[in-house]
Amino acid sequence: MENVGNGKRRKILQFLLGTGVSASFITFLYPIIAFLLPPKTRASGPNYVEAGALQELPVNSGKVFQFGSQPSILVRTAEGELRAFNATCTHLGCTVQYVPESKVIWCPCHNGMFDLHGRVIAGPAPRPLQEHKVNVLEGKIIVSRA
Amino acid sequence: MSSREKSLSAEPETPPKRARFSLSSWVEERVDLGSVREFIRHKTVPHHRSSYWYYAGGITLFLFLVQVLTGSLLLLYYQPSESNAFESVRFIVTQVRFGWLIRSVHSWSANLLVAMAFIHMFSTFFLKSYRKPRELTWFSGMVLLLLMMAFGFSGYLLPWNTLSFFATMVGTNIAGALPLIGNFMLRFLRGGDSVTGSTLTRFFGFHVAILPALTILVLVLHLWLIQKQGMSTPLQLEKESRERGENLPSIPFFPNFLMRDMMAWYIVLAVVGWLATLFPWELGVKADPFASAPPGIKPEWYFLFTFQTLKYIPARILPFEGEVLGILAFGLGGLLWFLVPFLDPNPSASRWSRGVNQAGIWIVIFILVMTGVGYVAK
Repeated sequence: MENVGNGKRRKILQFLLGTGVSASFITFLYPIIAFLLPPKTRASGPNYVEAGALQELPVNSGKVFQFGSQPSILVRTAEGELRAFNATCTHLGCTVQYVPESKVIWCPCHNGMFDLHGRVIAGPAPRPLQEHKVNVLEGKIIVSRA
Repeated sequence: MSSREKSLSAEPETPPKRARFSLSSWVEERVDLGSVREFIRHKTVPHHRSSYWYYAGGITLFLFLVQVLTGSLLLLYYQPSESNAFESVRFIVTQVRFGWLIRSVHSWSANLLVAMAFIHMFSTFFLKSYRKPRELTWFSGMVLLLLMMAFGFSGYLLPWNTLSFFATMVGTNIAGALPLIGNFMLRFLRGGDSVTGSTLTRFFGFHVAILPALTILVLVLHLWLIQKQGMSTPLQLEKESRERGENLPSIPFFPNFLMRDMMAWYIVLAVVGWLATLFPWELGVKADPFASAPPGIKPEWYFLFTFQTLKYIPARILPFEGEVLGILAFGLGGLLWFLVPFLDPNPSASRWSRGVNQAGIWIVIFILVMTGVGYVAK
């Protein structure tokens, strides 16, 4: 009779110990997992940036410049129009470039191509490039978020 | 019938019954675990009135594992450069979720680790566990203690705050005062003539690569020796059991001893958690190499007794520099302590062996008093 009582007590103790230890392990794991995830930094930055002087950008050429923490691309078309886009390819994030011969924006990583409105014309990119506004003020090219 | 079908039909018939999948038998079929099982089943640990001292080593090992885990986590955000180190630690403690907790646990457990290592060492000393055949275990343990102190010294600088900057300045200067090798040591430790960003990069390298690699090697040797020779039992108990003509009682390592060990680890973890939460480790003020040292610059507590003693030694003793003599005296003391198994080769009730014991007691008193004075003194 006493053994039966002992067996029961042992089971209860084992259950309490097991659940107690498991629960405390979860409480140890929680801060570790939370620590592993980097804190969100606000994607803030300037709303506009000076991308250079107009006279330094020849017709039918492009240049990559820094806009906040991201690269952007400024293109002066063969017709002399100015266009600017986020230069991060929407496929896997490589930085695109302007190809004067074919007059397209090209991503060398997977041969993605965008027209001069940022639309995908070839390759694997799923979305068009995000376009920025361009203004010229006293000969300086000012690019701002659309 | 294709040739493949023919070959299949030629094979002896096997029963189509499929046994239930079991992970242990799957592993067993590939790796023979029988010997490991046998080993665990037969491993025992002596059980007597002083066996609670055995847990000190296990707790030290556990705290080292806490260091490895929390240190690896901190590495994900820490940036070891003069311009970014302080800011990255501030980022960890203010921006990263639970960053303050991880850093505090790292700092608190580092200090408890050194304290536990000291307790483990002194218990080994006073129980005379260093006697034959365990001399190598003593030596490897002493090397581990030195490595832990080197971890502490190098890790102290990493947040790049005023206190750690000047403590490193003083600490490396003490090493630089050594005769013959002083200049080499100073430049080797600092990575140049003074404490700069190069020192920080160097200490970071020591802290996360060189010291861990050395520690793993010595730790494996230390644990292997303990495993090979079993736990030492106190002389008095050995004598008593010999007189009774009995073997000393023992308990199975698994699960009895391991469960007790883990219980101790759990308690220690609770203490670390309590300290880290209620007394988060301070970050201090960013180091400015061109500012005056603030008053009250002190090293980590485990270097404090050396630091404080050196303060009391006069600048010149006869034709010698006092500080150099002090450092050499500490070096000689450390060497004698290291060589204790040879100085006390036949520990027994002999007068010489009792003298070694008494010297140990005086050393403990000296360390405690000087550490206390170091804290109180301005």
